[in-house]
Amino acid sequence: MRLILDDEQQQLSATVHKVLADHAPATRVREVMTSDVGEDTDLWRRLSSELGVAGLVVPERFGGSGAGHVERCVVAEELGAALTPVPFFASAVLAVDTLLGLGDDEACAEFLPTVVSGESVAAVAMATADGMWGAKPLPVQAESTGDGWQLTGTAPYVLSGMLADVLLVYARTPDGTGVFAVRPDASGMTRVAARTLDPTRRIARLDFAAAPARRLGTGDAGELRRSVGELAAIALAAEQVGGMRRVLDMTVDYAKVRVQFGRAIGSYQAVKHTCADMYSDTEQAISALRYAAWAADHDRDALPGAAALAQLYIGPSYFRAAANAVQLHGGIGYTWEHDAHLYYKRAKSSELLFGGARQARERLAGLLDLPGGS
Amino acid sequence: MAAAGESAEQFRARVRAWLAAQATGLTGSGSDDVVEQAKRFQAALYDAGFAGISWPAEYGGQGKDATLQQVFNEEASGYELPTSPFMIGMGMCGPTLVDLGTPEQKTRHLRPLLRGEEIWCQLFSEPGAGSDVASLQTKAVADGDGWLLNGQKVWTSNAQWADFGAVLARTNTDVPKHKGITMFIVDMRAPGVEVRPLRDMTGKSPFNEVYFDDVRLPGNAVIGAVDAGWQAAVTMLGHERVSIGSSARRRYDPLASQNLVELAAELDTGTEPDVRAGLVDLYAAERVLSLFNTRLQQEADAGKAPGARGSVSKLAGALLLWRAVEVAGSVAGPRAIAWDPEDEGDQLAVAINGTPASSIAGGTNQIQRGIIGERILGLPKEPQVDRDVPFRELRVGTQTSG
Ligand SMILES: Cc1cc2nc3c(=O)[nH]c(=O)nc-3n(C[C@H](O)[C@H](O)[C@H](O)COP(=O)(O)OP(=O)(O)OC[C@H]3O[C@@H](n4cnc5c(N)ncnc54)[C@H](O)[C@@H]3O)c2cc1C
Repeated sequence: MRLILDDEQQQLSATVHKVLADHAPATRVREVMTSDVGEDTDLWRRLSSELGVAGLVVPERFGGSGAGHVERCVVAEELGAALTPVPFFASAVLAVDTLLGLGDDEACAEFLPTVVSGESVAAVAMATADGMWGAKPLPVQAESTGDGWQLTGTAPYVLSGMLADVLLVYARTPDGTGVFAVRPDASGMTRVAARTLDPTRRIARLDFAAAPARRLGTGDAGELRRSVGELAAIALAAEQVGGMRRVLDMTVDYAKVRVQFGRAIGSYQAVKHTCADMYSDTEQAISALRYAAWAADHDRDALPGAAALAQLYIGPSYFRAAANAVQLHGGIGYTWEHDAHLYYKRAKSSELLFGGARQARERLAGLLDLPGGS
Repeated sequence: MAAAGESAEQFRARVRAWLAAQATGLTGSGSDDVVEQAKRFQAALYDAGFAGISWPAEYGGQGKDATLQQVFNEEASGYELPTSPFMIGMGMCGPTLVDLGTPEQKTRHLRPLLRGEEIWCQLFSEPGAGSDVASLQTKAVADGDGWLLNGQKVWTSNAQWADFGAVLARTNTDVPKHKGITMFIVDMRAPGVEVRPLRDMTGKSPFNEVYFDDVRLPGNAVIGAVDAGWQAAVTMLGHERVSIGSSARRRYDPLASQNLVELAAELDTGTEPDVRAGLVDLYAAERVLSLFNTRLQQEADAGKAPGARGSVSKLAGALLLWRAVEVAGSVAGPRAIAWDPEDEGDQLAVAINGTPASSIAGGTNQIQRGIIGERILGLPKEPQVDRDVPFRELRVGTQTSG
């Protein structure tokens, strides 16, 4: 296994970092997050078309660069560090992985090139009603109408679901799980913008009442949904690691300059040792992430365990770091003006996303052959 | 002997086969002739070309890449090797001699260490100087072409068996405390050396008090330079952290998650939700720390030295044990309190009682956090009252320096 980045991967990281620093500083993030759309569509087109961030795991024949998951995670790390409100997760992770996994070249050729170029944004409905990504029955039912399909039910927790112009829905069919494409103007579909803990990540609910849909691929997509969930957990872990690094830096910088009782607060052990624990957690989180990303590219057998490990370890660690960042900034950390709360909210919401630590723990328990459980 | 041009995978295969043949059924503890067994095993390691894998070949090592040592450690983690008497020599004193020793010292000491002929100990801590080692009071005074050593050390692991020790002594009291220390090689069998066992909280006696009464040190006993002992100490402590931090949880460690999973199955407690969650979280923490250690190793191989980041391994390893103690309690329940004489309960009790050692020995958790905060994150030091004061004017430990 390889747990360190090569020169090219480091270069990619630096490039994305620079673009985000130039075009999406915190002031811009705040502007976008309080807007109606809530996502930076201009920036997303630029990141996709100029840097190719949406096509890193997409083969060249569908418009991507075929680089790999390690590269995609490098990008996710930077997006997570800057809290960039773009539809990366929906389009470049969930939709791309779903389309690639379908084994339906026609669908790939139809959707991927524009998703990769950023001309279109795709969102994916795949959570169960309780917000988990496990084996419970999907909340949307598909029925065959002879020449097509129609969907009925309610799909919660759809990332970028309001913005997307391509909607992919995992639904129950008489022969297992199916993946369906729904047009954004389809009759019988309504989209409701959810209110969110994290203002930098937009989420929607999709209601279907006999909405016309087209089935993509053939056969049961239950396994696909599971592996898309694993890859998503890894990309999320990358975002979280980026956030952890940023809150650590922010806190350490502040601890060096803020003076109380005649000396920098970072010279007090209660502060210094907390920073040391944040660093130790962050370094370990990076290691778990690199392993999971490497497994996604090179060791598919190890992927389920590696993904669950990253999700279980990193989610709670990020929230702990973000909470400590608020604490060590004191009153200013609790203000709307300071960015600490944005990380706090992102960290808590990410910790619970995609089934959260609970589902990851169950998966690992299964892999460890622990008895019991649901 | 080592085959030339061997790949890492071939090396791994050779290690695996050798361990299966030589190490199956060995135990690291419990037997009366721990030292004899360890010496035989270390000699066998040497003969097979697995001793000092990354040490220089001219002094008896194998002169190979450090990653191969890692490969060896990975393969060995499934066994309980009887190597504990050599841990300080192999993990700390030997590597420090490789870094700082004269050719003469290396020739005299490294090969006998690798062949399991000589046991080493590390004589840093004193009653008045633990975390603050630099305030040590043991003195070496120039005497003809050598030195006379006087003073007391404490918590010295393995001194009861040791042939040699690396001792820190004050050689100049007119300069601030970090500047007047020298590191020496001391012959533990020399006249004037007295070793008295100390009992630890598990009831065993792995460490000692050591008294030096006019012990003669030859001039060539200095490691590094006179009055530059602090740098030598930092070098050794760096090796110590790496060696403590990178020792993976062993197959036979009762606090390793795998063994706790088995214990839970045996006691039928593994279905309790809190036990399940505890076991999985422990496994995750263990696995993530081992990934961190692997990453550190890969960075080192790519030319980026771990530096103070070894403190992360050390700290996280100590914290992991505390988590394991908690999980062990929930797995074993009342069976950790009392057990029938014929049942296996002693091992878990010893492990629970031995856990504080990792958070104290080799620099306490507080000290590791200080190192991470100051040397890695660059946070300001605390005001230091003693940094620039000549040593003889200082207060030390619970006494005055005298
Ligand atoms: C099992 C075991 C084996 C050992 N083997 C050896 C050996 O072979 N050779 C050897 O030389 N030594 C050995 N030691 C000694 C060990 O290195 C010391 O015990 C350790 O460095 C702590 O020093 P101390 O015991 O004097 O405690 P102190 O330094 O007095 O510490 C007491 C408490 O104060 C805290 N403290 C001290 N300074 C600070 C500070 N600046 N900031 C915050 N907190 C602080 C410590 O964390 C600790 O909690 C061993 C110890 C153990 C437990």
